[in-house]
Amino acid sequence: MSAGGNGSTRSTLPPEPVSMREAARKAARDALPWALVTLGLCFPIILLRTEQDLSNRIVLNVRPFLTLGLVLAVFLGRFLWLLAAHLPRPKAPAFPRLDLAANGARWFPYVGLAALFLFPFLSLALAGPSGAIKWVDNFGVQILIYVMLGWGLNIVVGLAGLLDLGYVAFYAVGAYTYAIIATYVIPATLPVLGPWAFWICLPLAGLLAALWGVILGFPVLRLRGDYLAIVTLAFGEIIRLVLINWVALTNGPSGIQTPRITFFGLPFTSPNGGTTVGSLLGLPGTPTVHRSIFLYYVILALALLVAAVTQRMRRLPVGRAWEALREDEIACRSLGLNTVNTKLTAFAMGALFGGLAGAFFGARQGFVSPKSFEFLESATILAIVVLGGMGSLVGVAIAAIVVIGGIELLRELDWMKSIFGEDFDPGQYRMLIFGLAMVVVMIWRPRGLMSARQPSIVLHDGKAIAGAHVKEGHG
Amino acid sequence: MEYFVQQLINGLTLGSIYGLIAIGYTMVFGIIGMVNFAHGDVFMVSAFIALILYLLLTAVLGITALGIALLLVLVLGMALTALWSWVIERVAYRPLAGSFRLAPLISAIGMSVFLSNFVQVVQGPRNKTVPPMLNHVISIPVAGGSVTISEKQVLIMVVTVLLLAAFWIVVQKTRLGRAQRACEQDRRMAALLGVDVNHTVSMTFVIGGALAAVAGLMFMVYYGVVNFADGFTPGVKAFTAAVLGGIGSLPGAVLGGILIGLIETLWSAYFSIDYKDVAAFSILAIVLIFMPSGILGRPDVEKV
Repeated sequence: MSAGGNGSTRSTLPPEPVSMREAARKAARDALPWALVTLGLCFPIILLRTEQDLSNRIVLNVRPFLTLGLVLAVFLGRFLWLLAAHLPRPKAPAFPRLDLAANGARWFPYVGLAALFLFPFLSLALAGPSGAIKWVDNFGVQILIYVMLGWGLNIVVGLAGLLDLGYVAFYAVGAYTYAIIATYVIPATLPVLGPWAFWICLPLAGLLAALWGVILGFPVLRLRGDYLAIVTLAFGEIIRLVLINWVALTNGPSGIQTPRITFFGLPFTSPNGGTTVGSLLGLPGTPTVHRSIFLYYVILALALLVAAVTQRMRRLPVGRAWEALREDEIACRSLGLNTVNTKLTAFAMGALFGGLAGAFFGARQGFVSPKSFEFLESATILAIVVLGGMGSLVGVAIAAIVVIGGIELLRELDWMKSIFGEDFDPGQYRMLIFGLAMVVVMIWRPRGLMSARQPSIVLHDGKAIAGAHVKEGHG
Repeated sequence: MEYFVQQLINGLTLGSIYGLIAIGYTMVFGIIGMVNFAHGDVFMVSAFIALILYLLLTAVLGITALGIALLLVLVLGMALTALWSWVIERVAYRPLAGSFRLAPLISAIGMSVFLSNFVQVVQGPRNKTVPPMLNHVISIPVAGGSVTISEKQVLIMVVTVLLLAAFWIVVQKTRLGRAQRACEQDRRMAALLGVDVNHTVSMTFVIGGALAAVAGLMFMVYYGVVNFADGFTPGVKAFTAAVLGGIGSLPGAVLGGILIGLIETLWSAYFSIDYKDVAAFSILAIVLIFMPSGILGRPDVEKV
């Protein structure tokens, strides 16, 4: 968070052999403005903390040591960084690149798939039934939801090149479709279908979300690039605000309690000792473990459905049209491609999968509220797609694991309390680190982790394309 | 009629704040073609800086003259927020110059997440309130009745107009303004003709940050309460304003800001206050659908 400094003192020439003392003097001179800038940034907002006193007036608490510490840290960091450049350094071993597609690691998706299928049992074996819930539910299911959302948004952004900042709208439509139908409509009309609620709502949620994709896609067909981005963002916000304010339908900000998922009609828990999955099949462990593992396989199947459809679509005319549209819209029109249909199908497909994921989310949480569908969610999903290297399924999956797994891991920082004292709350640094990591990763790899592409269609032999040659579309 | 004029005044006040933020978006977009998503949070940081400086000057240093205190807060706040904006550009956007289009956007979203959480960590998650100030109202007779305008509303509008005038002179008459306009038209050509593009971009962020600081102080004076999460919604609305007015166009940003302020206020006054943001965003969508380059923007022509 520090930064800046004057770059003009840095030279592009290799450093002259100077004495250590001379180098230290130069480094100190260069690091001084950095420290001053840090001091300027820290001055009001870190040095003086506003606190409410007992009579509810705001008082200022001075924190000189924190401020000085930060300034000193920035100064020393910059100083040592510059000094290190003068030290003779051993040749660094080449960093293994993550361009799996380029290195022809065709085995990777298969190994990954096998690992995904075995994951719940591995965590059961390693962590025991009670520990496994955390791994399967907090990590496995949570990550797979974002893998699915990332793959869904990948169709819109990565393949068709339409920048969508409001993807969470479709996720919300799916979740609320499930919540409203399963909680209100089915018990009021056909209570017999109650246990099947999730399976009935799943296709409905997908279809409704796809319909919304078309409805929201239609007006923005003529928009491009950042205009498209801002209008989709506006649509996402509109849907969230309607969910908050239309209390009669959605119960407003307090949300809706939804029925839990069943094993194709058979419940996982039964309050009055009825038949449950565990009792019927004689499974060991608690119902929560059974449900977590079942949820895991459901979301895995849904996510793989998205992957399979995406891979098939890329070989169909419409999928090729998406990628052509991303590369050059004007050329597409000149060749007689119906850009309206092409864009709308991309929006609808993306929205469809968003809706399916939303219905799953509703059934998994047992509770939906507008709080789950804020802009930050859209931003996270988009960050996963871009970080993965747009268009690459494996890349998006890896990015989802890194981003969501990272966020979840940051929840587990309670051990830091033993270092910094009891009133240190590591949880509040979670999103701060997340935001900073987004910036750092973008600077490190602006094209994402897996920037190379396998072309969808080849004449003789397929060669990976470097990311720099893939356009990002104009929307 | 009185009610309408009253709402008009309220809308203009709100619109001035949006317009000041919108300039930051539109200038950056005009020059480097990126949506500076963190700008709304820079505005929030500036509101916090204004709050802390105001408390420091009045409560700790004991400056009783409100005018002097606010003027000092304005000047210091503009300088400090400009520094923030400058650092953000150097750290998060400069390394991505010339990279592909989505990378700076994602970096900006990351910066926005970082800033709001940073302020939450260092200043705490609660609402920060200052004692109300400048609440004296002036009555103006209007066709068969009277409307009231408070001192702070007058202050906000006067300061906005003055700073916009100063800003307009900078853009139209100075060397920096010429460089900015040249970069906006064609960055590469401007560089070939000896314009220091990097410096111009930096200064654009500095000016954008300074204007956001003005908006931050006005926001603090007008509402008397600041929260770490206050950056997002005004930020999105100001960006909406910039797009509505035609992104890249400076008068358009102000016009868009005032329009958004008016739409929001009039909608809350005559229809439902719950749906005021929905109204603002819907108008945005409708305008863009029928007038894709905004009200004052140049049509986006792509050469083949």
